[in-house]
Amino acid sequence: MTKSSFITSVQTEKHSKIFWALSDSWVLAKRSIKHITRNLDQLFAVALFPIMFFLLFRYVFGGAIDTGDLSYVNYLVAGILVQMLAFGANYTTLNLAIDLQRGIVDRFRSLPMASSALLVGHVGADLVRNTMSSLIVLGVSFLVGFQPVAGPVEWMLVLCLAILFSLAISWLSAIMGLLVKSIEAAQWTGFIVIFPLTFVSSAFVPTDTMPEALRFFAENQPLTHVIEAIRGWLVGAPIGDSGWLAFAWCVGIIIVAMPVATWLFRRQALR
Amino acid sequence: MEPTLEAQKSISTDNNAIVVKGLRKSFKKLTVLNGIDFSVKRGTVLALLGPNGAGKTTTIRILSTLLLPDGGQALIHGFDVVREANKVRSLIGLTGQYAALDEYLTGEENLHMIGRLYRLNHQDIKRRTQELLELFDLMEASARTVKTYSGGMRRRLDLAVSLIAAPPIIFLDEPTTGLDPRSRLIMWDIIEQLVTAGTTILLTTQDMDEADRLADKIVVIDGGRIIAEGTADELKQRVGSERLEITIAEASSFETAKRVVYGEGLHLDSKTRTLSLATKGGVHQLKQVLSRLDEAGIGVENVSFHRPTLDDVFLTLTGHTTEQPNIVIEKQEA
Ligand SMILES: Nc1ncnc2c1ncn2[C@@H]1O[C@H](COP(=O)(O)OP(=O)(O)O)[C@@H](O)[C@H]1O
Ligand SMILES: [Mg+2]
Repeated sequence: MTKSSFITSVQTEKHSKIFWALSDSWVLAKRSIKHITRNLDQLFAVALFPIMFFLLFRYVFGGAIDTGDLSYVNYLVAGILVQMLAFGANYTTLNLAIDLQRGIVDRFRSLPMASSALLVGHVGADLVRNTMSSLIVLGVSFLVGFQPVAGPVEWMLVLCLAILFSLAISWLSAIMGLLVKSIEAAQWTGFIVIFPLTFVSSAFVPTDTMPEALRFFAENQPLTHVIEAIRGWLVGAPIGDSGWLAFAWCVGIIIVAMPVATWLFRRQALR
Repeated sequence: MEPTLEAQKSISTDNNAIVVKGLRKSFKKLTVLNGIDFSVKRGTVLALLGPNGAGKTTTIRILSTLLLPDGGQALIHGFDVVREANKVRSLIGLTGQYAALDEYLTGEENLHMIGRLYRLNHQDIKRRTQELLELFDLMEASARTVKTYSGGMRRRLDLAVSLIAAPPIIFLDEPTTGLDPRSRLIMWDIIEQLVTAGTTILLTTQDMDEADRLADKIVVIDGGRIIAEGTADELKQRVGSERLEITIAEASSFETAKRVVYGEGLHLDSKTRTLSLATKGGVHQLKQVLSRLDEAGIGVENVSFHRPTLDDVFLTLTGHTTEQPNIVIEKQEA
């Protein structure tokens, strides 16, 4: 060991606050994205789970479900996609809880970095993960007979809504990740919220046959609007008000959840 | 090591790198820091010495802006840790009690990431990463994910990461706890070199030898209060210049021995059947103690004189040893 290496000078760069906020977010998003490729379990879980569901519903339950003029495959794709996006976006809860447990958050907090960057990093990684698994699920759906009628405009709308929906769920997940006390809790909190929400919706079956109260909930909750909108654009099913309602829900959730999560993250530092 | 202009300004008017005044912190009803005052001169090492639960980590967390104090003030190069947290963050490097690394990134990627978050330019990040990997003997492991690292390697990388921006002040929370003897010596060597290079270091430890070897000044804390401070030698003087240690032959007569031996700074350890007390090193006192034991019919196995260790200091100051926190051992009434 040479002493000279300890006596060294380094230069910090001078940029605006906004530059650094973006730079920090980018550095941490790169980190979280590397996690995806180094920890392929998570990616497989996100993609395999919906494919399993897809095949199960398509071939086991599908025959017994009446979706009117629409073939069941064409009905199902939107539901499966949205369910997958929701579970994929929920990884922020788990990954944030892991960071908090492992103590690396203490290191981040002792650095002169933007405090929301860690959250942005995880949310961004969810988006990348969701993009990959969406492509896998769409690929499988074409193999089992999916026949979309969407033109370029509809595909763009689907893409935009999918991104906003993923961001909305991720920011909600960030709040959960900051509130749960353990990694175990982080693993099941998402499931107990997302599972009922996706089943009590129009994801797998039309809502007409549900009991009154359940049906009212199913038809008015945000996931149904997102599913109905995406289904409408993909296969030409009637959309009604679901299109703008879906966008409104997602944007509304992001506007509320983002500052709440950032505030919680700061507050946690100062317990 | 080149502090920023602003930092240099404040240094020229104040020779202290760290100043802590009346620091308080409670968690709900539990008071963890009950008015802590100390200061660390620039380029020196201060050791916070205390048993588990003394408040060492809490102090470090407040100084590194991770925790808000309930009262009091702490300044790093003149910057307030609460009001000027971001300035403070660019001056400090923190190595916590547990390695704060990203398991899925390689050693090199960990260094790059933290370097960029310190806002270094890309060239410096690359150069500094190479330097540190070599310095900490991590060159071969640099492209492997941290998951595959041993405990000692993690500790070294963790310290390397906090040195990436060459900060003028380093906090080390129990840097050698749980390390094997060889890794421990390497760590000590690195710390000494950092000091030689002009870094100010605040470290915590439960280990007397470590504080004795590394620190210019030792602050002993227990139960959130400072119970003593000074150099290692100053602290040792408080327990006498020399200590007399007597091992009783049989466990059964240890109780009786406790009653017949008395003196300043008496420590008893029934497990090892030893009594030890402060002495000026005279033969007279030795004779006296031995004859008292003899009269009581107590056999002596071993007698020795030794320079007081910091363990003795701690026992004298707190009434309990570092290994048995909060268990007050019996004190002899003279
Ligand atoms: N976040 C916290 N909430 C409640 N109690 C805490 C918290 N952090 C530390 N403590 C308590 O404060 C005391 C001092 O802790 P700490 O500063 O970690 O001690 P040390 O590092 O000297 O072992 C301990 O009793 C510990 O249980
Ligand atoms: Mg501690």
